[in-house]
Amino acid sequence: MSNLILHSPILIIAIPLLVAFLIPLVGRASEKARDTLVIAALVFVEFLVILLARDVFVNGIHVYTLGAVNATLAVPEQFIVPVRIILEVDSMSIFMGLITATISLAAVIYSIAFMKKETGRNNFYTLLMLLVVGMFGMEFTGDMFNLFVFLEVASIAGASLAAFRIRFTDSAEGGLKYVVLSTIAGLIVLFAIGLLYAQYNALNMAAIANVIQYTALDKIALILLIGAFVLKLGGVPLHMWTPDTYAVAPAGITAMLVAASQASMYALFRTCFTIYGGALNMMTVGWIIIILGILSMFIGVTMALPQTDVKRLMAYHAISQSGYMLLGVGVGLAVLGNPEALNTYGITAMIGGIFHIMNHALYKGLLFLTAGAMFYVTGTRDLNKMGGLAHKMKFTTVFFIIGALSIAGIPPFNGFASKILIYESVYQFSPILSIIAMVVSILTLASFAKAYNSAFMGPELPQYKNVREVPKAMIAGMAVLATVIVFFSLCPGLIIDWLVEPAANALVNQGSYINAIMGAVVP
Amino acid sequence: MSKIVRTVANFLILFIFTYGLYVIMHGHVTPGGGFQGGAVFASGIALLIVAFGAKSVHRKLKEHQLSVLESSGALLFIALAFAGITTVFFYNALVGSSFFGNIPPVGANPGDIWTGGLIPLMNVAVGMKVIAGLGSILLVMSLITSGATEVEE
Amino acid sequence: MIEGMTTYVPYLAVALLVGIAFYIIMVQKNLIKLVMGISVLASAANLFLITLGYRAEGVAPIYTNAPIDTFVLPVPQALTLTSIVIAVATLALMLSMVIRVYRHTGSIDSEQSRIMKG
Repeated sequence: MSNLILHSPILIIAIPLLVAFLIPLVGRASEKARDTLVIAALVFVEFLVILLARDVFVNGIHVYTLGAVNATLAVPEQFIVPVRIILEVDSMSIFMGLITATISLAAVIYSIAFMKKETGRNNFYTLLMLLVVGMFGMEFTGDMFNLFVFLEVASIAGASLAAFRIRFTDSAEGGLKYVVLSTIAGLIVLFAIGLLYAQYNALNMAAIANVIQYTALDKIALILLIGAFVLKLGGVPLHMWTPDTYAVAPAGITAMLVAASQASMYALFRTCFTIYGGALNMMTVGWIIIILGILSMFIGVTMALPQTDVKRLMAYHAISQSGYMLLGVGVGLAVLGNPEALNTYGITAMIGGIFHIMNHALYKGLLFLTAGAMFYVTGTRDLNKMGGLAHKMKFTTVFFIIGALSIAGIPPFNGFASKILIYESVYQFSPILSIIAMVVSILTLASFAKAYNSAFMGPELPQYKNVREVPKAMIAGMAVLATVIVFFSLCPGLIIDWLVEPAANALVNQGSYINAIMGAVVP
Repeated sequence: MSKIVRTVANFLILFIFTYGLYVIMHGHVTPGGGFQGGAVFASGIALLIVAFGAKSVHRKLKEHQLSVLESSGALLFIALAFAGITTVFFYNALVGSSFFGNIPPVGANPGDIWTGGLIPLMNVAVGMKVIAGLGSILLVMSLITSGATEVEE
Repeated sequence: MIEGMTTYVPYLAVALLVGIAFYIIMVQKNLIKLVMGISVLASAANLFLITLGYRAEGVAPIYTNAPIDTFVLPVPQALTLTSIVIAVATLALMLSMVIRVYRHTGSIDSEQSRIMKG
């Protein structure tokens, strides 16, 4: 068992990759075997992620060197820099890993029933496994170029899945926008990696963080990296692809694209906090991230109010909620150099922002899955044409209510827990930001009340007289996410102590990240 | 295409395929490797499609054969990669036994084909995958743009 | 000044290619030309990586029978190869999506083939 925990970072990445390429061969033989294989692989990966989370919480940062004699041999004898690709799993990485594993499992269970009418489902599951590989790779790696490779893997797999249902007219357009913008973002990241490599002759994140000075070329690399990762996570002013792509993708895939955007947000935080950590002017970069967060929150929710397409509405809310996370962690970054402000409200702001990442992935995933259920039953995404669905679809209605109350920040749901942390700490930093955040929250509630009323309330429409509840696999997928949301709502303090606070401390504590790899070096 | 093009293509295709396989196999001693050799091989397939037309190439080479080749190449690569979890990185698995040749001396010397350890096998796996992948991209795109209906599984 | 400037010519070429690529991406309405603009941007990134590895008076990094012992850096060459492979896959995907858009809307002009607005 301890061997399993030792090798678990690479097994979490390698097992979905192996299953991805077994699927065309197994899927030729039997469809049930393929479905069972996919679900079994993701359950095993979730089990490994939970084991690794416990190990990281107890024993500290878990370093894994690919292909060495001994898995922790990052810097061999007579070397002074790390060699080989190194996976470094600290509390923030495993926090994102837990999000990815849960969302992927729920999305796959949901998609088994949702995609029954499509052809070419072997390709669908292969691409889905590759998307899972890309997300886990981005979250666990300790190497800049490895981050670029997994970013591109996730982008290509995500774009192909978004455009999967080619019988609809607009799918290819959404997929094209996603792949074009993701490729441009990937190439900008490649330029930045080239700049950093040219100066410091190292690709490993800890090795760069050890020797970085804040020269003009490093500033350019930082701007390029921030720009590219903000494009990938759907932050204003580079958010144009988000509504189109999230609307046309199949519902389970939209939930996973949300998780992929959070993985890009993790890469942004890893760059700002760990690689550039002590060297940069934190107030300036912090304020840049805060301004991007405020813009995303406000523009996201105001563009969501007049939407009639339910998935487009939820996509604009995804942009708006990303603004909350950027605001919380940006406040933490801005006060990073000021120890007393950091201890008073900086860490609380970061805890709020990071907790909001997990909450957002859960309730936004649940909302997209319910939107997919509405599409499955009525055949349309237009809210004007739907009505009275609550009479027949009881489970979907309950799940939609849970998701809508969470996103609006109504107590006692988990959205309220993370939002109150953000409001309190940001108020101490600058009161006007907190007031904008509260106004955005009220507008979020308004737009979801509109969506709920128009889709579920009202008399039963004649064209939907024969609808029944959606198949059991779809309800099971939604129930997984809803159960986790209810669990988080009942004991948020437990989650904050065990998962979120170690993650926030791991981001702030650049020294331990560097020492885990370079610690054995004798200078 | 005219008779001249078809005859020359018939003649040249053997050299292109051989050169592609040569670049794949010798990836660890000369410049080249899995992707480069696979791309050369796929350009041979492109020559066939241009000279003979997509429909006649499709009669001999179907997408599901290329799909099986692609999956087996990827599975071979991942199976070899799992060996890295349990085996030391520089352990040369092919050289050292008398079957494959002796361990080469340290320092500058012309490389032998069996001195790469697991790298030549991984090159072969990547080469299979790239041949199948680029070949099916070329085949399906030329089928779509030549007006034939595409085949769904 | 003239002797030192020759090492900077590839960087000027990279800057020129990036400028051309961003101009194409921002201005072009034809979707195929947009994809070609992305291909130019990828070529610029690859050229940048290869040029970073150059060391003055270096030979190719092949250890066997090397004439002198100053090599150019081999790591950027590996990075460039990976980037070329990723660019090939991405361009194939983009072109097949453009074919799909053409099939559905009958035009590859990005103004006329837009369905989703607002």
